[in-house]
Amino acid sequence: MDINMTLIGQLIAFVVFVIFCMKYVWPPIIGAIEERQATIADGLAASDRAAKDLELAQEKATAQLKEAKAEAASIVDAAKKHEAKIVEEAAGKAQAEKERILAAGHAEIETERNRAKEELRAQVAVLAVAGAEKILERSIDAAAHSDILDKLVAEL
Amino acid sequence: MSSGAELTSQEYIVHHLANLKVGEGFMAVHLDSLGWSIFLGLVFLMIFRSVAKKATTGVPGKLQCAVEMVVGFVDDSVKSTFHGKNPLIAPLSLTIFVWVLLMNAMDWVPVDLLPHLIHWTTGMELGDIYMKPVPTADPNITFGLALGVFILIIYYSIKVKGVGGFIKELTTQPFGHWSLYPVNFLLETVTMLARPLSLALRLFGNLYAGELIFLLIATIGLFQLPIHFLWAAFHLLVIPLQAFIFMMLTIVYLSLAHEDH
Repeated sequence: MDINMTLIGQLIAFVVFVIFCMKYVWPPIIGAIEERQATIADGLAASDRAAKDLELAQEKATAQLKEAKAEAASIVDAAKKHEAKIVEEAAGKAQAEKERILAAGHAEIETERNRAKEELRAQVAVLAVAGAEKILERSIDAAAHSDILDKLVAEL
Repeated sequence: MSSGAELTSQEYIVHHLANLKVGEGFMAVHLDSLGWSIFLGLVFLMIFRSVAKKATTGVPGKLQCAVEMVVGFVDDSVKSTFHGKNPLIAPLSLTIFVWVLLMNAMDWVPVDLLPHLIHWTTGMELGDIYMKPVPTADPNITFGLALGVFILIIYYSIKVKGVGGFIKELTTQPFGHWSLYPVNFLLETVTMLARPLSLALRLFGNLYAGELIFLLIATIGLFQLPIHFLWAAFHLLVIPLQAFIFMMLTIVYLSLAHEDH
């Protein structure tokens, strides 16, 4: 083994190469690697978060759909109730109208009957007088016996 | 083995294990080891720098994916072992891992390929061509790396524990009694020196042995092909493993230097 200046030359080259590597080679490469690692980690975390968000949104949508269905059912219910009430009210009104019309009819019939009775009564008096006249011929003075006839009319 | 019938196997191997050397004695420089080492270091830095420049935090390209895989692997290794905060450790580990991996990978280049390419392109005689392309099979290279790590160990030991703390750590353990402090110091110094020494020698030994076996296989003629394939396949294990061990031990040693007892 002969040791000579080659050793010193190699030592100097070693020092220069290591310094160059330390200043210009290592930092950019390891920096790029570590930055990419951070980016990938961020991306994975973001995708995790997105999946969770999606799940949450789906849950929320399902809940909202359920709520909407319930609301719709309640609205339909209320409408049915309202409808029944309107029908009931209309029926009530119709009944009342019917009764009123019936009552009015009865009253009219009553008045007509009374009026007919009155007419009949007056005609019966005339007929009675005429009949009596025919029976008695001239024996009876209408004027002398009008008070008796009036009494008779009042009794009818 | 085609470098000439006049060479014996021994001469062939010795020739292939010789570096392209300039200068004499300690002032000599192995142009092939250092050249390939710097070239491969620049290849590593250019590829990684090109990715770093247009690194996107969005969808990465294919090259960026590959580079990020290596960076992520080194980052995990550092984080599992080193628990302090130090912006140097991770880039240091990355540089060591990829650079040593590339240097080790030169072991796969067939041993005669480069000398012959030079022979064909420049017309130089094969006997004059010295080209050892595996930098980590040269102790200068592995010791250069280990020395850098060792300097960092000492630097951070003193920075974290202070000079007093560092000396205390060297002298007051493993034995608690004051009369045994010199023994402690001896033990701890050996431990301390063993770290870069083992780091450098392990890498050098593995790759030098691998290179030597490749050369031995190359001397046996036509039958070298299946054997060469087997040995190269075995290096699929050795090459990344040695790079990983060098990186891991560097992290462990620096982690120990940061620990305050």
